[in-house]
Amino acid sequence: MNFDPRYANRNFASVGTRPIRPDGIDKVTGRARYGADFNMAGQLVGRVLRSPHAHAKIRKIDTSKAEKLQGVKAVITAADLPDLTDGDAAMYDILDNCMARAKALYDGHAVAAVAAIDARTARQALKLIEIDYEVLPHVTDVDEAMRHHAPLINDTIFTEGLEEKPAKPSNVTKRSQFGHGDVHAGFGAADFIVERSFRTEQTHQGYIEPHACVASVNLDGTAELWVCTQGHFVYRQHCAQLLGLEASKLRVTSSEIGGGFGGKTHVWAEPVALALSRKAGRPVKLVMTRDEVFRASGPTSATSIDVRIGARKDGTITAAEATLRYSSGPYAGSWAEIGAMTAFACYKLDNVRTVGYEVLVNRPKTAAYRAPSAPMAAFAVESAVDELAKEIGIDPVDFRIKNAAQEGTRSSYGPVYGPIGIGPTLEAVKNHPHMKAPLKQNQGRGMACGFWFNFGGQTCVDLNIGMDGSVSLAVGTVDVGGSRASLSLVAAEELGIDYSQLKAIVADTASLGYNDMTDGSRGTFSSSMATISAARNAIKILRDRAAQMWDIPVEDVIWEQGHAVAKGDNYGNLGKLSLKEIAAQSGKTGGPIAGHSELVADGAGVSFATHICDVEVDPETGATRVIRYTVVQDAGKAVHPTYVEGQYQGGAAQGIGWALNEEYIYGKDGRLQNAGFLDYRIPVCSDLPMIDTQILEIPNPNHPYGVRGVGETSIVPPLAAIANAVSNAAGVRMTHIPMSPPRILAAIEAEREG
Amino acid sequence: MAGIAVSTTINGDAVEYLCQPDEPLLDVLRDRLGLTGAKEGCGTGDCGACSIILDDRLVCSCLVLGAEAQGRRIETVEGMAHGETLHPLQQKFLEHAALQCGICTPGFLIAAKDLLAKNPDPSEEEIRFGLAGNLCRCTGYDKIVRAVQDAAHVMKQA
Repeated sequence: MNFDPRYANRNFASVGTRPIRPDGIDKVTGRARYGADFNMAGQLVGRVLRSPHAHAKIRKIDTSKAEKLQGVKAVITAADLPDLTDGDAAMYDILDNCMARAKALYDGHAVAAVAAIDARTARQALKLIEIDYEVLPHVTDVDEAMRHHAPLINDTIFTEGLEEKPAKPSNVTKRSQFGHGDVHAGFGAADFIVERSFRTEQTHQGYIEPHACVASVNLDGTAELWVCTQGHFVYRQHCAQLLGLEASKLRVTSSEIGGGFGGKTHVWAEPVALALSRKAGRPVKLVMTRDEVFRASGPTSATSIDVRIGARKDGTITAAEATLRYSSGPYAGSWAEIGAMTAFACYKLDNVRTVGYEVLVNRPKTAAYRAPSAPMAAFAVESAVDELAKEIGIDPVDFRIKNAAQEGTRSSYGPVYGPIGIGPTLEAVKNHPHMKAPLKQNQGRGMACGFWFNFGGQTCVDLNIGMDGSVSLAVGTVDVGGSRASLSLVAAEELGIDYSQLKAIVADTASLGYNDMTDGSRGTFSSSMATISAARNAIKILRDRAAQMWDIPVEDVIWEQGHAVAKGDNYGNLGKLSLKEIAAQSGKTGGPIAGHSELVADGAGVSFATHICDVEVDPETGATRVIRYTVVQDAGKAVHPTYVEGQYQGGAAQGIGWALNEEYIYGKDGRLQNAGFLDYRIPVCSDLPMIDTQILEIPNPNHPYGVRGVGETSIVPPLAAIANAVSNAAGVRMTHIPMSPPRILAAIEAEREG
Repeated sequence: MAGIAVSTTINGDAVEYLCQPDEPLLDVLRDRLGLTGAKEGCGTGDCGACSIILDDRLVCSCLVLGAEAQGRRIETVEGMAHGETLHPLQQKFLEHAALQCGICTPGFLIAAKDLLAKNPDPSEEEIRFGLAGNLCRCTGYDKIVRAVQDAAHVMKQA
């Protein structure tokens, strides 16, 4: 019988409990090995030279002096990474981003790299590399980049998605559109219309661990890569393609990962480290500095969004539309497209249209950041929804409940929803004590909703049962937030054994079949589905072995609570055989017992959240403090509720930083001015209150336990929830994120002056 | 360039090493002594991931030179557990799930140890300001604060 992924109601023994994570002890004792904690014999230190210019033609690179420096073992440029992408435009962009070819496209773009016997020598060598740049005009602002006279970043790009191919190249790489119904007629039927423009600034994922790897290319064409990544199988593919290696001969081991949030989903330094190792004939360790992380990795899009929503007096939304412009760095992306899909996904709309524009700018290549593109769209839409509720004179929660999408609703981006959590999260918020708590002077409350698709994808799991009855679970999705704990719980549940009998590891690329990366909140969803499937396959073998031990037909053996049980009246005296007892005899009954699973996890189950936030705004300084915060989100079945709470709290905290403080600041020269944690300030402990959470469990029909992804949705509502709270506290609608003190003061003053 | 000879004490053990005059103590710990518990998140003293205790004072080891450790006492995360017994802070971080990726955890544990040594009964606000030099991007700090509160409670009763 093939694996049936459909949800079936059951009473859980392990799933839903809160044990200590299997990797915890290593992490509190300092033994866990992250990207930079690994070394190889004979290892060199790699360093990257980066462009100081936002946009410049590279006329000539002279590496001869650097090569002559004592202790330098290799110097590489783009010439050492020839184009092997064979027409794959996305991979070519990744290659060009790893090492600039004809032009440097942003401040921080890699242009050369060295490998030397120590860091000091490597740093000296970088200073000896001479580059002749022809500086070109640059553009870093998303709106300016769309203007006709804007400096052109790539003259081979003509906007896709238009009815006719444009005559001239443009910084707009693509237009996309979603929606249904008749928006024009819908606005005609509206009694109230709100129309606003919003901006959000670029932020970085801000993982505390910089990108780090150790690369070793051997003379026989085999290679090893140790790296902090969200997807070592994907990194293997990327690196093999860019270096011309055979994928199976490149073994990639994922280290413990010190945060990713989407920022470690494609390669940056890894092909460079491999190219250095190949040239030097020795292993190379390459670790980015924090300055490099900010200037050359991440970040998210900066956006400019126009929203228009109309509603009748009774609070029914009649039409909604949005135009969304997202920066993608100097390479084509699909970020506005995702924003255009998510913008109105919370609502049941007869007439809706969204248009997205992908915009090139001289900034680092945009990378995914936790529910990428959705927070900015939600900020714009949920701000306008709040304002519209106010104009109609209806409570903002009731207004959203009235218009919330339901099971059977055709979503604004196309598909028809199954059972979803937007309505229940709103009802939970309506009844939450937080909504009724009194506010003091200068304080305001806001709430907002958020949506994320959740991903599934290719997944592979091995489950091996030792002769002592202990179970090792090898998964291929990198554990970014506790998934080894949740997957161990799932395996324990399915096998009917205790959590302590299991040990989960993340296997390297040579030890397990291909897995897509841990993104789209797919880690626990996908790998738990594969784990259940693998456990069921193992149970088939366990039943067969028990049947052999009893000398009865396997059809008469069932699996119950970790034991083989003979069913039927004839076997009354057989008792039960535990997994441990069957495993102990495995050498005599057919050899090792294991369960494997390879599948594409479909039906991830969309996710919704509603957040409540109280802030206090100082009208003299414009400084804002978050004083209370509540997250309500549908998790499907929460496998390890403590780590589900952790995902909710972490996403909310990142959203608070984004809403109030974090932004990339570029000078007129196109250089990033705040490439460090001092000037790009993420929230610290004293900035935040406790973050309350409420987990709703609306089963995902496409997963045996009802699990949905939980990791990303929590960052979608905060920008809007906080903006609504600040707007209520300050008495003026905030339209520009982050709402830093100068922006809030300016808005208050502009309001006073009318 | 000739190295500087340094004699120091790390987690109670006498340790000697040679380092360059411009070499941060963090690099000495990680690259010369194999003590990779302290992490480099920024190299500029902004993230606290490299926190150690130097003569009873909490410092970022990326901002201290290796040569400055001469004749002093260093405590790192590797020295927090005693044999098979975890420090109460380590135990409570596990129980409260006060870590997700865990890269900031050694720094938080050291900073919290220093905080509780100086203030055994901190308020929530004192914990929040006491740990404000350590960045965590995963947890939102909620579970970290609760773990430190719980550990303080346990340590007072011990």
